[in-house]
Amino acid sequence: MNLLKIAATTAFGLTATASFAETEITFWHAMGGQLGETVNQVAKDFNASQDEYKITPVFKGSYEETLTAGIAAFRAGEQPNIIQVFDAGAATVIGAAGAVIPVEDLLEQNKLDFDINDYIAGVRYFYADADGKMIGMPFNSSTPILYYNQDALDAAGVTAPKTWEEFAETTGPALKEAGYIPLSQSHLPWIFTENFFSRHNLQFASNDNGYTGLDTQIMVNHPAIRAHFQALTDWKEAGLFEWYGTGWSDNQDPFESGQVAMWLGSSGSFGGIQDRVDFNFSATMLPYWEAVTTEPTQTFIGGAALFAMSGHDEAENAAAAAFFDFLASADTQVMWHKETGYVPITTAAYELAAEQGHYEEFPAAEVGIQQLSLPGGDFTRGYRMGFYVQIRDVMNREYGRILTGEATVDEAFEIIETEANDLLSRFARTQG
Amino acid sequence: MKRAAFGQIGFPILLLIPQLVIIAIFFYWPAGYAIQSSFYLQDPFGFGSTYVGMDNYTRLTTSRTYLSSFWFTVIFTTLVTFFSLAIALLLAVKADKVIRGAKTYRTLLMWVYAIAPPVAGLMGVMLFDQSRGNITQLLASFGYDYRLGVNYWDTAAAMITVSIWKQIPVNFIFFLSGLQAIPRSVREAALIDNASGSSRFWDITFPLLAPTGFFLLIINITYALFDTFGIVDTIVKGEPGNNPMTLVYRVFVDGFRGGDLGGSSAQSVVLMVLVLILTVVQFRFLERRIHYT
Repeated sequence: MNLLKIAATTAFGLTATASFAETEITFWHAMGGQLGETVNQVAKDFNASQDEYKITPVFKGSYEETLTAGIAAFRAGEQPNIIQVFDAGAATVIGAAGAVIPVEDLLEQNKLDFDINDYIAGVRYFYADADGKMIGMPFNSSTPILYYNQDALDAAGVTAPKTWEEFAETTGPALKEAGYIPLSQSHLPWIFTENFFSRHNLQFASNDNGYTGLDTQIMVNHPAIRAHFQALTDWKEAGLFEWYGTGWSDNQDPFESGQVAMWLGSSGSFGGIQDRVDFNFSATMLPYWEAVTTEPTQTFIGGAALFAMSGHDEAENAAAAAFFDFLASADTQVMWHKETGYVPITTAAYELAAEQGHYEEFPAAEVGIQQLSLPGGDFTRGYRMGFYVQIRDVMNREYGRILTGEATVDEAFEIIETEANDLLSRFARTQG
Repeated sequence: MKRAAFGQIGFPILLLIPQLVIIAIFFYWPAGYAIQSSFYLQDPFGFGSTYVGMDNYTRLTTSRTYLSSFWFTVIFTTLVTFFSLAIALLLAVKADKVIRGAKTYRTLLMWVYAIAPPVAGLMGVMLFDQSRGNITQLLASFGYDYRLGVNYWDTAAAMITVSIWKQIPVNFIFFLSGLQAIPRSVREAALIDNASGSSRFWDITFPLLAPTGFFLLIINITYALFDTFGIVDTIVKGEPGNNPMTLVYRVFVDGFRGGDLGGSSAQSVVLMVLVLILTVVQFRFLERRIHYT
């Protein structure tokens, strides 16, 4: 934490010496640790690439803290030029028409090229409005994938499962036999709920997953997902799956220490795992239930997007636009992709990374993009629901109750449905 | 007693103004704002809002999770207050008797006070960690599978233990100085009258310590209700999930994290009223039984 603050202040100190002719803009983000260093590098590269604009990245804490700080600053008229907002906060910032300038408009006003079709399919519409206009530019885009310990799979004589049926019948029992805990995961709402619906092309919420209206009802109480959570509890009982609480790293650590053989995490976790583990690992796509679909669809992106906040003068908006343009360029995207493991957002960047032989060296780095580029369906572009941070909290709570035996699957899903719909109707009223 | 020697009303008011301004700006203004926004549902960015009357309040009375946080807070506050006072009192009584190396002993006991709540929480997280924690390993040797962050009461136990540990030094300092303020003559008289150590403590020392104890009781309840925020936050790692939450932490989770300003304002107002009631009860009923010398 302290190191980051030092990094942020150093970055700030550097800009203080900038010449007066430059337009200075600020960029609030939630990328800590190694990721924060990379963000600073991107900003430095941008500042070095031209001499009209100067961007200052500022680390504001977690995703939630960054959004909260942005909201408070906006209300005080002190908002940054660019802010990073995570997937679950998208509805809050996009719902508040007037808080942000759509990135598509911003680029066009400043005569910079923009074509939404340059972006990878799974990335394109998550942060767009109902008409498909891109509001926020996807920045650190990730998607849930299955990491596996190759040594463990070899010891058990199995390969990574494609479907959950395969996991339950073959992979899981064999890994358990070999002395491993077969599976853990790090984010139940994201991996086993939102992307569960996307992977099976099931409708997640009314109003086209919430994109076309405010009076949205969540459709989470679906037999397929109830069956999935029933399977999870059975697996946990049988020693095929373990849950280490709601914290992300509590579930990732046992995989890195070699106790757990397979772990569902973010495609953006690649860089960190690469640095830390001493066993052979790779990754594959998120498994699906053959009983639900035989044609699994793409997942949608998690992570966060960058939004240009309104209330700044034209020169500063032009600077923000130039930064977005720089960010979407293939070179920047490839650098970001290689350093962090987040997926490149444009097809051009993907091709460039492939050309440079990145995926021959690290096949696991390509899994996320492949999964995002799978055929889509009616319900795979994303979701847009207000107070979604609280809805995720409700899910986390109830899933925890299921997995500790305090609630049955049916009870828990009924509670999630009721409380989520109550929150959605409250959010609709905040917009009135 | 002589009346104050101010000739006119203007000067004393002038002297009071800085204090009044601070109270108005940092207490009355935000409190008034919280009361106002508790009747609205508003867009976090401040664009739209809808008047909803008492909705934000009635919702709390029917919310299963709010009520469970409420009861958890009651249990949490009771345990933290009781144990941090009791342990500190025991340590103070024992420290009072130590003659050789008294200073070192006292300094060691006060040390913990210098630790910031989030740091204390972090130490708790490390001690109670699922795989590496020392306490977890100790409990495992007794055959108990301790799971911080997974099991509701296991997480609660860590929060309570760390909160008690963090508060003991403050109580210790006050109890010790309270004990040392008891006149030697009273103790010696008691020693002549009654040889039993425990009845001397309960009949003489404890009542004489009552003003200190009463002050500490209020301080400790406030601590358990509000100042444990940092500890709760580090132990749940910002992701409450199925873990227990205190009412103050819930205000933060719903309001700041979740963006529901109206709902969390209503929760703040409820807390404000609770604290008000508590204070009145304490001063009216408890203070009567205490004799200040």
